[in-house]
Formats: sequence, C-alpha cells, structure tokens
Amino acid sequence: MLKRDIVIVGGGPAGCAAAVAAFDAGTKDILVIERDESLGGILKQCIHNGFGLHRFGEELTGPEYADRYKNMVIERGIDYMVKTMVLSIEYGHDNTKIVTAMNSENGVFAIEAKAVILCMGCRERSRGQLNIPGDRPAGVYTAGTAQRFINIKGEMPGKNVVILGSGDIGLIMARRMTLEGANVKVVCELMPYSGGLNRNIVQCLNDFNIPLKLSHTIAKIHGKNRVEGVTIAKVDERLRVIPEESEYVECDTILLSCGLIPENELTKGAGISLDNVTKGAVVNQDRETEKDGVYACGNVLHVHDLVDYVSEESDIAGKAAAKYVQNGCRNADRIKTITVEKQGAVRYTVPQRIDVSENQEDVKVYFRVGAVLKDVSLVVRNGDQELMRIKKRKVAPGEMETVKIKGNMLIDSDRISISVE
Amino acid sequence: MKIGETKELICINCPMGCNLTATMTESGLKVTGNTCPRGEKYANEELTHPTRTLTTTLRVNNREGKYVPVKTNGPISKEKLFEAMKVLSEVTVSAPVKTGDVVFASLFGEADVIATGTVD
Repeated sequence: MLKRDIVIVGGGPAGCAAAVAAFDAGTKDILVIERDESLGGILKQCIHNGFGLHRFGEELTGPEYADRYKNMVIERGIDYMVKTMVLSIEYGHDNTKIVTAMNSENGVFAIEAKAVILCMGCRERSRGQLNIPGDRPAGVYTAGTAQRFINIKGEMPGKNVVILGSGDIGLIMARRMTLEGANVKVVCELMPYSGGLNRNIVQCLNDFNIPLKLSHTIAKIHGKNRVEGVTIAKVDERLRVIPEESEYVECDTILLSCGLIPENELTKGAGISLDNVTKGAVVNQDRETEKDGVYACGNVLHVHDLVDYVSEESDIAGKAAAKYVQNGCRNADRIKTITVEKQGAVRYTVPQRIDVSENQEDVKVYFRVGAVLKDVSLVVRNGDQELMRIKKRKVAPGEMETVKIKGNMLIDSDRISISVE
Repeated sequence: MKIGETKELICINCPMGCNLTATMTESGLKVTGNTCPRGEKYANEELTHPTRTLTTTLRVNNREGKYVPVKTNGPISKEKLFEAMKVLSEVTVSAPVKTGDVVFASLFGEADVIATGTVD
C-alpha cells in the first residue's frame, strides 16, 4: 500500500495552502488529491479581482491567486494527483488513516496516511434544496454553474436574467452577465439585508442600475420548456410570501446565489461529527476534528468570506498536521478542553473547542452573527468574568468577526463564552 | 459638487467596504468614515472621474474551446466599460499565453490588458 505522512483531500486554495504550510513546517512526505483536471479549485472560474489583499498585499483575480499557490506547491516538489476522487477515509492500526481513492489510471487504490487534512470545499444550494414552487423548465442555474459556463466554456446561459440571492457570487454574476450583454432585471434577496460585500453591491449592481429587492423572493417559476418568467413577491418578517405584493417578471434565466454548503460526505463517512450551524466538522484551535490526526480547513469547515482567510486557516491546519506527524502521531499533552460557548447574536464559532496545553499560545476565534447590529461590543467571558471587550461600529452576517484570546487567559479559564451585546 | 453638498459613498477598495461621507467645503472635499487613506482618494475620484478594473475572458484562437482570463492592469474610466467589452470581443490571443502577458496594449490609452491565467 502507498504510504504518506500527510494526505490532503482537495487541491483548491485550502488544500494547496495546507500542503505548503505542512511542507514548510518540516513534514515533506505529502500527497494532495484533486478531482478536477488541475490544482486551484473554484478560483479558476472566479476571473474577477478582489482576492489576495490580506495575503499578498495586492489585488489579484481568482486565477492569479490560484496560480500563486499552485506554483508554491510545484516549487516545493509536493506530490499531487489530479482527476482522482477520494472515496472514503477509514482508520487502520497505530493511529493510521486509510484513504481510498480512484482514478482512471490506477483504478481503486488505498493510501496509508499518518494525518489527513480535509479540504473539499463547498457546493451551492440548488433549486431542489430551496423548494421554489412552479414549473421545472430549463434555464435555472446556480450562479457558480453560470460562472463556469461563461468564464471557462465561453457560453452565455441566457439573455434576460433574474437572480435570487445576493451572495457575492450572485452579485459578481450580475455584473459579468451585464458586461457580456445580458439584461439582469433584478436581484431578489429573501433577508432584509444583503449577504454580499458592500463593495460588490456598489460595483456589481449600482454601477449598472440593477435593482436589489430586499425581503423579496421568487414565489413561482413559470415556463414550459425554458423559463418564461417568475413571480417575485415580498416576504413578511417571518419570511412568508405576501401574495398581495407580488409581480410577474419576464425572463429566460434564473441564477441562484443562496448560500454554500460544506461538502462533508467524506467527513461523515469517517465518523466525524458536524456542527449543526456550520455544517462542517467540530474542530479545536488546530482545526483538528474529533479524530486524532484528521484536520479540516477552508470552506469544508465553514464558509469563508474571503479566500485570504481560507489560506490563513489552512496554514494553521497544515502546520498542526506536520507537528502531529513529527510528534509520532501524538498530540501535545493537554491540560483541559474548553468548549467555546456562543451567546446572543453569535451563530457559530470556529474553533468550537480549545484544547489547552501548558504553554498555551494565543487562539484566534472566528465567529459569525445572525443579524445586522450597530454599535455593539464583542465580549469574551470566562464564566461570569469578563476577559475582553471590543467595540464595533457594525457587525453583519456576511462578515466574519474574530477575537484573539491570550494563551494565559485560556490557562486560567474553565468556560469561554463569546457574545455580541 | 456645490459647497456644503454631501454625498454618501461606499469605498470599493477592499472587502471592508467603508461607508464614506464626502462633504464639499471651501478648501476642497472633506471625507469621513474611511479607515485608510485609500478611502479619501476613492471618494475624490468617484465624484470626479470614477474608474474600475475590468476583468473578462478572451478566446484562444489556436486551442479549440479555450478561453484565457484577462484584466486591465490598472483602472479604466467607468463609462468606458461597455465600449471596452466591445473592443475586447474582437480580440483573440494565441497560445501559449501565460499570466502577466500583455494581450492588448493600451486600451483607450488608460491601461494594458494582461492575461491572468496560463494556456499552454
């Protein structure tokens, strides 16, 4: 059987960054497994700019960002396989992991790994998952599928477009389709706020006078063979359609940009429990799942706003996996485990638990809120005792927040909670 | 803008998207709400001569069905975006082309169009 120190599942931005970080931390026997034809992941079709400001201090397009990481992998001589699908992850003797994969060259084969990093990314919520009523004609695409059609295949999916959901991909596609000659009639957003970045509302919608209707949804899809139109309707505060406030909009294409779901079938198959909110694995500060030596990072763990944060998180997982291998497949001795509790508007935190060791380093906790709130404080507590308070002008569900908790605070704490007040 | 006039803007320089307030005073435009100097520069430009970076794809004429992603290597006038798309719709490139190659020089004299991907 093939043996590797670290097997990385997925060669997108998370997988590449994790591989580079693990290699640079001294564990060099790595294999990255990617199902697509080349490394880079979804960034290859994200031809717009805005990536890399945090990571590289300059504004890059998606393919440029992907290229930089791909080159770092290649420069280091890190081994990777493309057009290869991982089928399962199981556990062998002495803490090893058995990764079963297949490709057309080798058929089904197994690799014995000391550590595994899960970097499978996420996928888009589809019409079926959204339960949009009406006919079932052609012309309903997820925004990412439309993006692939236009940017990779060079084909326009339609001419008159209605977009449901104001996530960043939907906004980016509104601009892209407009520039390519389509008429984007309206973007409907179910929530009373947009899920996308402010800058994208300005440069993708406002620049082209595309209306954004908040608290609106598609109540019905019409069309026999191809989409002919949609009924869009206002929703009440409980997100129920108000039939009296609906209108018919003619269109031939519908794009759905209604959220992303981490792709965790392999994770579940490996017996790792998932967080109900993030739909990703429950992890500690090293991004280690509840199984020793199995890590998760990037959008498979929780959906990130920026690829820069994916790279940052993957650094953590890559380094930790390298250390685990160097330590003889053992984690450093831990004094205790603290569960990070979420309070108030905090919807989820990553990590969900902190394993505290004697020389505990500072831990950055990422979290997302459930509503747009102004003039708030982010408060970290140990039980009733307040450890930190950070003032914020505004927090929003579309923007990930962070707090850095000092190592010595963690050593002295029993219960950590994070709240927005 | 007239003196005393105020405009609300959202800075598009980075993902923070600061809410800016620009007020015309006798000594020029006064910008608040920005967290870095780029916000002030953005407000000044946006109210006088707005610009955007354009990204699109070009057909690779010797590789069937292949497209290469491209961008302007600097911002161009916002009002010329559609004209630029029209000009570029006529442009094809020949492989091999690699990231950073200039594929169309001096678009309206404002920026070069460069490849952001590689086609061997």
